[in-house]
Amino acid sequence: MAGLIAIRDLALTFTRDGARTTVLSGLDLDIEPGEFLAIVGASGVGKSTLLRVVAGLVPPSAGTVRLSDPEPGRRAVSLVFQDSRLLPWRRVLDNVAFGLEKLRLPRAERRRRAQGALARVGLADLAGRWPFQLSGGQRQRVALARALAVEPHVLLMDEPFSALDALTRESLQDELARLCRAYRQTVLFVTHDIEEAVTLADRVVVLAGRPGRIVAAHRVAGGQPRDRSAPELKAVAQAIREDLAGAGVSQNLQTAD
Amino acid sequence: MRSRPAAALLPLVGLAAFFALWEAFPRLDLVNPAFLPPPSVIPEAFLRELRSGQWLMAIGGSLGHYLGGLALGIVLGIAVGTLTGMSRTAEGLTAWIVRVLRPVPGLAWVPFAIIWFGVSPEAALFIVAVGVFWIVYFASHGAIRGVDRDLIELAAAFGFRSAPERLLTVVWPAATPGILVGVRTAIGQAWMAVVAAEIFGVAGLGQRMMQASTLLATDIVVVYMLTMALLYGVFDAAFTALQGWMLRWRA
Repeated sequence: MAGLIAIRDLALTFTRDGARTTVLSGLDLDIEPGEFLAIVGASGVGKSTLLRVVAGLVPPSAGTVRLSDPEPGRRAVSLVFQDSRLLPWRRVLDNVAFGLEKLRLPRAERRRRAQGALARVGLADLAGRWPFQLSGGQRQRVALARALAVEPHVLLMDEPFSALDALTRESLQDELARLCRAYRQTVLFVTHDIEEAVTLADRVVVLAGRPGRIVAAHRVAGGQPRDRSAPELKAVAQAIREDLAGAGVSQNLQTAD
Repeated sequence: MRSRPAAALLPLVGLAAFFALWEAFPRLDLVNPAFLPPPSVIPEAFLRELRSGQWLMAIGGSLGHYLGGLALGIVLGIAVGTLTGMSRTAEGLTAWIVRVLRPVPGLAWVPFAIIWFGVSPEAALFIVAVGVFWIVYFASHGAIRGVDRDLIELAAAFGFRSAPERLLTVVWPAATPGILVGVRTAIGQAWMAVVAAEIFGVAGLGQRMMQASTLLATDIVVVYMLTMALLYGVFDAAFTALQGWMLRWRA
């Protein structure tokens, strides 16, 4: 089966105040259907930028990003941001339906799909609330439901849990793992948290250096749910740490202990 | 708990004291009653105006100028403010036009209003609209410029990329609180423009006040002052209620 996302020789250069900064260069990456791929790297290495290029928000300076063609009523990709970015003037259900409005679906169909997505993240009861009435964890679940409602081929997630407290973060990680397994959702997940990456992902790609390049890739064995304290996960996490130390950036990384 | 009813009564006490003092001054001959009519004569003056039909005609004329000018100024203010708020080119092109025209007070437009429209309801409407336009324009421009870039990125991430799509999905909703602040200010300011415009002879409250004052019928002047205060109060309260409903999504 063809990859859902194929990135070839991608480079990204910004020009700001006359100074050129190359953020990413020579990047190749493929994402296979059903795969949960995590990209780990220090702050400022260009992980979020890479996700924005894939989402079509930033044009690449060189190279190509090829996405699969979505069927009518679906999107190739959808994005969950670090902050929930709910629209405060829309009730929860209408926030979830946001992306569906672009897909030219009948009103009843939009409503049905939004309700379905909201139920999947366990918030069906909160459909009529305003965003300001939600907790941080609930807001991020709504943002996840909004991204799932458009049934993306690949769900892009930009450090989606990093602004949450540790307990909420773990419960949302478990929920995401459960959802992705249940619906065989393909995910491209960016994080600076190594433990999060090895807990969730089937494959972890390590991004490091300036400009950012892929310095290593690891397969994480074992299905979901995973035991966070399993020695296999610890071993992969340790290997990733060594990759990053090799690239000279480990001191910038957050660790769980 | 006991201080609550007392606190609610304070404004009424204040108002009663104000009327009592106002009544006392002309009655005690501290001022000439022809210059300051005591409030006790106002109801009778009001009834005279009502029976003669003058009151309703004046209100009808003024409301026409007020609502027409307000609607025109608000629509144009939001439209131009949106354009210059979203487009750097439009903002650049208009920067000096705005600087030149902005300081011109609404009253300074009266000569042109009369030359262009004659002493007519259109002239009054124009003067009201000019004043409203600037207030709403600046509020809209600022609110649109201030829309969180992250929300625009969100809209783009879900496929809303053209300017009209961005406008409808995030820019206008996000700018609504700021725009409404401008509209509320304009609702108050527009009354001043109405009076200013009508003093030059366009039929309405302002014209009736001028007629009364040349005859030293100060009681009638006060009737119309209070009428205007009442109308403003009604419009402001209604708008505040509408604003609260429109912004019910805010904490």
